Amino acid sequence: MATNVQDIITKYNKDKTRLMDVLIDVQSEHGYIPKDITKEIARELDISHVDVEQTMSFYHFFSETPTGKYAIFLNDSAVANMMGRQKVKETFERETGIKFGNVTPDGAIGLFDTSCIGMNDQEPAALINGRVFTNLTPFRVKEILRDIKDGKAVEEMYSAAFGDGENRNELIKSVVQNNIRKKGPILSEDYTPGIVIWKKLPEMTPEQVIDEVKKSNIRGRGGAGFPTGLKWEFCRKAAGEKKYIFCNADEGEPGTFKDRVILTERPKLLFEGMVIAGYAVGATEGIVYVRHEYTYLKNYLENLLQGARDRNLLGKNIGGIEGFDFDIRLQFGAGAYVCGEESALIESSEGKRGEPRDRPPFPVEKGYLGMPTVVNNVETLCSVVKVLLNGGEWYAKFGTKDSSGTKLMSISGDCKYPGVYEVEWGFSVKDILEMAGADEDRVQAVQVGGPSGSLIGPDEFSRTLCFADLATGGSLIIIDNSRDLLTDIVLNFTEFFVEESCGSCSTCRNIPNMMKLKLEKILDARGIAQDITDLEEWGKVLKVSRCGLGQTAGNPILTSIKNFRHLYEEKIQKDKDYDTEFDMAAAVKASCEAAGRIPNLN
Amino acid sequence: MSTLVKFKIDGVECMAERGTYIVEAARENGIYIPTLCNIRGVKPRGSCRICTVLVNSRPMSACTTPVTDGMEIINDTPEINDTRKSIIEVLFVEGNHFCPSCEKSGNCELQALAYRFQMMVPRFPYIFPNKTVDASNPKIIKDHNRCILCKRCIRAIKTDDGKNVFAFKKRGMKLEIIIDPELGDNFTDELAQKAVEICPVGAILPREKGYQIPIGKRKYDQVVIGSDIEKK
Amino acid sequence: MSKPIVATTSLAGCFGCHMSILDIDEKILDLIELVEFNKSPIDDIKTFTKKCDIGLIEGGCCNSENIHVLKDFRKNCKILVSVGECAIMGGLPALRNGIPIKECLDEAYINGPSVQHNPKGIIPNDDELPMLLDRVYPCHEIVKIDYYLPGCPPRAELIWNALVALVTGDELKLPYEVVKFD
Repeated sequence: MATNVQDIITKYNKDKTRLMDVLIDVQSEHGYIPKDITKEIARELDISHVDVEQTMSFYHFFSETPTGKYAIFLNDSAVANMMGRQKVKETFERETGIKFGNVTPDGAIGLFDTSCIGMNDQEPAALINGRVFTNLTPFRVKEILRDIKDGKAVEEMYSAAFGDGENRNELIKSVVQNNIRKKGPILSEDYTPGIVIWKKLPEMTPEQVIDEVKKSNIRGRGGAGFPTGLKWEFCRKAAGEKKYIFCNADEGEPGTFKDRVILTERPKLLFEGMVIAGYAVGATEGIVYVRHEYTYLKNYLENLLQGARDRNLLGKNIGGIEGFDFDIRLQFGAGAYVCGEESALIESSEGKRGEPRDRPPFPVEKGYLGMPTVVNNVETLCSVVKVLLNGGEWYAKFGTKDSSGTKLMSISGDCKYPGVYEVEWGFSVKDILEMAGADEDRVQAVQVGGPSGSLIGPDEFSRTLCFADLATGGSLIIIDNSRDLLTDIVLNFTEFFVEESCGSCSTCRNIPNMMKLKLEKILDARGIAQDITDLEEWGKVLKVSRCGLGQTAGNPILTSIKNFRHLYEEKIQKDKDYDTEFDMAAAVKASCEAAGRIPNLN
Repeated sequence: MSTLVKFKIDGVECMAERGTYIVEAARENGIYIPTLCNIRGVKPRGSCRICTVLVNSRPMSACTTPVTDGMEIINDTPEINDTRKSIIEVLFVEGNHFCPSCEKSGNCELQALAYRFQMMVPRFPYIFPNKTVDASNPKIIKDHNRCILCKRCIRAIKTDDGKNVFAFKKRGMKLEIIIDPELGDNFTDELAQKAVEICPVGAILPREKGYQIPIGKRKYDQVVIGSDIEKK
Repeated sequence: MSKPIVATTSLAGCFGCHMSILDIDEKILDLIELVEFNKSPIDDIKTFTKKCDIGLIEGGCCNSENIHVLKDFRKNCKILVSVGECAIMGGLPALRNGIPIKECLDEAYINGPSVQHNPKGIIPNDDELPMLLDRVYPCHEIVKIDYYLPGCPPRAELIWNALVALVTGDELKLPYEVVKFD
């Protein structure tokens, strides 16, 4: 039975900052968000109707029209395409008789593209009503569509056994595989949940906790690498009646999926890390911002949070520490890469569009609801538990001088063993290729750090992963020489940035698309030398965008021009300094048809 | 205790109240930093990026960054100005800006900036997007062809109880400004007038009015935008 | 030394830019001293009789004939200049760019209020007529354009200054007042 919208709104205390949650519930309930409901939401939350509309229309997974009884979102990442997405897509379209972006006339099935869903090691993959389907083949698509025809519930449509580890958990029951290939301090099974809260925190002051984290030299794992201890200290010292710890589990960088594995296998480690951060900073509330694509983990995680409350690892006087109150809630996103940017993530959590804020002020001074807020990556918060357990000095021994500790790498693409590898910083790309079972003679390029990172060639494979050399949030995509680098990778990544721009900055809203069109011109063998120069120049303008998304949106093209210039040069016309894109036959077709005359093209 | 801070713009010693945004601080010191989405008295947003300056060699939006003691700001260099010109050109090709037929021509800030930077032709290809004119509101006309999505109307126009009348819809290249039908229909004359005035381009227009000032006498026909600040 | 040769044309334009050339008043006498005109409505030479140094293009391209003329100009002129908003960005004719061509033609020849008598609903289709393009194209999307003079029309002073600079090779310094888009 349909839940009343009133109930949903009441569930969130008529709080307009919980608009995201309200919309998520309505979307999941109805399969779309009808106008009469948005009107009701606006009235009940006492905001204008356009406020509801502006948040709603921002996110990929909110729809103002029905998305079908079975809403199928097929991942469109570069690796999905490398692994056979096209055939899967064609099968979906042939069998349903509709094109992607549409719903079948009977309203049963909706087909939609979606940006990377964090399953790069088991592509092609799709979300069907929020459940994940991996390793899709045309055969599997037909099975799924047959099940849909039979009216099966989505949970009943799995044919394979459930995935490994906790993916089999009663509350997850998913075919997703963890593919953990190498373990270190974070992924190690040697961990007793709550041990730091019970044994360490009671004996330490918050300042001592911060000192220990500083000693470990750990830097943020999201990619930017800000020293964690320092961030906590800033927040601790900032004035504010309430403080917040955010865990950034938005993991939207195509090719990254390590946070999904942590959320599945080590969520307690993460929650303990947040409690530690809360203690150090003086925060009372923690929020895990989880990307929409991982909604299938929701019940499992909620259950663990309740378990932690029951065991006094969350709640009041945690670990017996008088006056230390801290609780955690989950905040789900609704499909927006930019929400991985910390201030956009905060905006989104406040029920707004995920537009990055202008900084300063930084979140540590003025974050969630205007209060001092720490935003840390999933992996950072997990690492901190081990730092406190074994000491900062112990942790600092891992890795390199400027990059201490370990890093979870999400490795995918052309290799035998895609999956998650926990390696010490300082690993070379070559080591990783060997470890993942890539045929080194055939690897033409590696994308380090996802689309916003760099595309490097074999002459740079001896470079090492660390903040001083190749900084990365953890995505590594291996591309062998069977691929057309510019079409399969660079164009796909550029399209990703076009799709995911929030549109707030004039630069990022427009230039990636202009670069995309120019790249297509070159790929179409119509390019001239000036086009390459233009791409380089236009890419520079993007650097003045507000946030990291905009600043790096040109990187797929810029780094490939830098490292694979010959691919561009061999496609351009060398004897021309100008090339029109004008095509007379195409341009006069419609008018000649309208007038009923045969085009004279001589 | 003095709350003045000292900073430098292009090597020139300047002073301003602590916490003043760079754009305002520069203005007080007789230095013009080009802006477009910014408007005095309204919370800045840094969305057009035209006011980009280098602060301690990093690009920052001058309208949102407060000055601090000892800050070194670089504003007027060929590279920065070319970036600004690029952005103006981006805005021209993004929409359908046919100046000769526009009611705002001569008083338009986008056009005035293009004049200041002597834009002869945008370096980017024209997009000729399919945009609409929304004439459903009783007091104003919203021409999406000319909208540069600066967010001024969103930020500045609120109802008495603080509700948004304008808002963004969608994202990225599909981004557009929408007007709340209910709140928009109940616009007071003052608020409608304010919306028209606050729009830097000809995207929000009053109904049944236009072309009231002859060519040659409009705001930017003879006077360079920003020159009032530079003269000081 | 022989004088530089100038050609001009109006494509999808209104001849306003040509009017603006004439608007240089008494400097027109200097102009004749400075350059020689070839193909141009000003002297009514219909086809190129020799290679030219400078081609001034007014108007964008809305039909197949505009394309041919523009390409002919590119072939016969060393330097091409887009003169005015229409040449630069399509201008007023480009206001139709968002409208499907069939709708435009139907409105012009069948449904429009100015249509007096067209009982068979014929859209002119004689082979001699230029074919309408799907949209109005700026000139630089068809051929390489070397310089741009904006305005609707460009101020006479702008055209004059630019021509002199091109002919003499001097640097072009433009006062604020002469670069305008309307």
